[in-house]
Amino acid sequence: MSDSRIDVKKTYKMYLGGNFPRSESGRTYKVYDGDKNLLANACQGSRKDFRDAVKIARGAFSGWSARSAYNRGQILYRIAEMLEDRRDQFMKELGPIGFKTAEAEADINASIDRLIYYAGWADKYQQVFGSINPVASSHFNFSLLEPTGVVAAFAPEKSPLLGLASVIAPIIVGGNTCVVLASEEYPLPAISFAEVLNSSDVPGGVVNILTGFREELSEHFSTHMDVNAMVYTDKLPQEMKKSIDENASLNVKRIINKPIDDWYSEEAQSPYFLTNFQETKTTWHPVGF
Amino acid sequence: MSDTETKEAPYKPTSPNSKLDFESVWEYAPAPQTSDFVEVKERYDLFIGGKFVKPSKGRYFKSTNPATEEEITEFAEATQKDVDKAVKAARKAFEGEWSRISAKERGKYIYRIARMIQERAREFAVLESMDGGKPIRESRDVDIPLVAAYFFYYAGWADKLEYAFPGRKPKPLGVCGQIIPWNFPLLMLAWKIAPALACGNTVVLKPAETTSLTALKFAELVRDCGLPEGVVNIVTGAGQTGAEIVNHKDIDKVAFTGSTQVGKIIQKSLAGTDKKYTLELGGKGALVIFEDAPIDQAVEGIINAIYFNQGHVCCAGSRLLVQEGVADKVIQKLKDRLETLIVGDPLDKNTDIGAINSKEQFETVNKYLELGVDEGADIYQSKCDIPENGYFIRPTLFTNVSQSNRVVQEEIFGPVLTVQTFRTADEGIEKANNTPYGLASGVWTDKGSKIFQMGSKMRSGVIWANTYNKFDPTSPFGGYKESGVGREGGLHGLAAYTKI
Repeated sequence: MSDSRIDVKKTYKMYLGGNFPRSESGRTYKVYDGDKNLLANACQGSRKDFRDAVKIARGAFSGWSARSAYNRGQILYRIAEMLEDRRDQFMKELGPIGFKTAEAEADINASIDRLIYYAGWADKYQQVFGSINPVASSHFNFSLLEPTGVVAAFAPEKSPLLGLASVIAPIIVGGNTCVVLASEEYPLPAISFAEVLNSSDVPGGVVNILTGFREELSEHFSTHMDVNAMVYTDKLPQEMKKSIDENASLNVKRIINKPIDDWYSEEAQSPYFLTNFQETKTTWHPVGF
Repeated sequence: MSDTETKEAPYKPTSPNSKLDFESVWEYAPAPQTSDFVEVKERYDLFIGGKFVKPSKGRYFKSTNPATEEEITEFAEATQKDVDKAVKAARKAFEGEWSRISAKERGKYIYRIARMIQERAREFAVLESMDGGKPIRESRDVDIPLVAAYFFYYAGWADKLEYAFPGRKPKPLGVCGQIIPWNFPLLMLAWKIAPALACGNTVVLKPAETTSLTALKFAELVRDCGLPEGVVNIVTGAGQTGAEIVNHKDIDKVAFTGSTQVGKIIQKSLAGTDKKYTLELGGKGALVIFEDAPIDQAVEGIINAIYFNQGHVCCAGSRLLVQEGVADKVIQKLKDRLETLIVGDPLDKNTDIGAINSKEQFETVNKYLELGVDEGADIYQSKCDIPENGYFIRPTLFTNVSQSNRVVQEEIFGPVLTVQTFRTADEGIEKANNTPYGLASGVWTDKGSKIFQMGSKMRSGVIWANTYNKFDPTSPFGGYKESGVGREGGLHGLAAYTKI
């Protein structure tokens, strides 16, 4: 009997509807660390996986958007709590892909802080960006913000945790649901982040995370007729950017593209990111006896 | 009070027991608005860099009065070269004089425009009705007062932009290309130009080819008010001219109001660029009438929702969803009310419904009328007289339609209403939301809590509760889903014209 223990390696699957399924396609791709050692086989998500995810996200939309702002804020804060609690796990995720200890720590700290930043906006953005409109006629008229619906997102390629959290938080805090494609090169922290989400009161289906290839999925992300908005934050190759923008016109998708180089910077967080995923609804009612 | 006195009480029409019959109570003598005081030139050139200039290819196209089918004037057709010239003029103005003027002074120019519109309101109203076919009652009481109001409203924002965008220092975008439709020609111009100027941009605007007259009159006003040359440029032409604007490389932002079909083409053309855009596109608004609604007001609301401006309204309430218990009553009252609508000369002050804007649109609406019948719907049209010449369509409603009918799903942009019923609120919501559009919805009920619940469940940018088709410059307007991107009006409308 040997006393050397074989460690148990995690199987990295995707995150759909609060579950962790493999890709329906059965395909995987290899993920390496900085020294070209195999870290894991990540799922290579397919068009069908994406379509399933959109369906799940649409199903979750009415429930999530109907939650009170207070409740959504608390749930975002809870994600931050869970992330704080699992720092070690993410140190282990980020280390092998090139983050030095201090960098990994900074990345995790910034991710936690970012979630809390948006948690705080949950019950405030309506007051800042909604309005009562002093119309000239005898009507009571007000505008409020409502989530646009299902948002498809490409998470930043080079910031697998902080970038991911920074993309997801402003989408969901305002009541949208989303389907996010994780960093292609570094997909593993995204799946561990899914575990954080899954243990932090985020209802299944609000955030769905796929792993796979941008090149393969970008057409499907942008052509899907039940996706209301698509966001990408990297500077994509011109051809891919153009084709995503073109496809968006099929159903007048909102395209949000703001390349961000430094996810630690002040410009990487803003209530205006949140309002990108909001529609303004104006309601009129006569005033009189 | 004796019996005899009671008998002599004036006849009061009631419905549905006795049909509405206004004509035996009031006689409608013709009440034409004179138009001899307005000056229409034989031909209009392009307005570029503060001057009227001839189009480079020398081509002009004719503009007709849809109520008489007579030619009114000719407009220049702007080609690529002309559009380029206009963009250059706008760029020069943006980088030159306009950027040096303080925000406060910028605002004063816009105030000046508002005042000049008020001063010439009568003239603008008459021209709007002559060129576009809308009843003078509407151009005089709705369009032109609102045009002035939009300029007034946005004028005041010019020096207060930092309050509109908390935490930001807004900057203008640059040159804005703007393309507007034919249903509210001057109003759409105001919606586009007023916020653009307030934020410090310059503009190249293309009015619709069938309704360019008031835009060129506006150009005269721009010249008269001393606005620096090139700040506002107006180029006329059809779709090709619009495409030249959209595709011009030195335009920073495109603002378009029009059909979803064209909006999609524009969104596609802008793909891969960093130009900003706002799109105000089509709609298929639902009117949800509950059993507890004040029925007579609801009927008036429906009339206003769909027959206002001949139904040429992107947010027109073109789908009536009425709760089953009151359906027969509502439909009967609606038919009775329809019979009282006067269709005819847009310049007559009695006219409720004017001319369909163009021959092309006249044919489109007629095609849908045939289509509705072919799909098995029951058609009802009022029996009023309509003029022999001109493009007139009687107010129409379709009953016995289903959700999948094309007349229910597609935007007709004419005085055509479809009527469906529902039983529960959930069914009403389901049907209301079941089109690709999301611009506007109406709900009628006496119960406040129901209004808020319906209002939050209906996926559209505007909810009119117990009213319809109301507009105000302070009030954001724009659609969900395929009804567009962005908002116009209110401080939300400013966001589209600034870098924040």
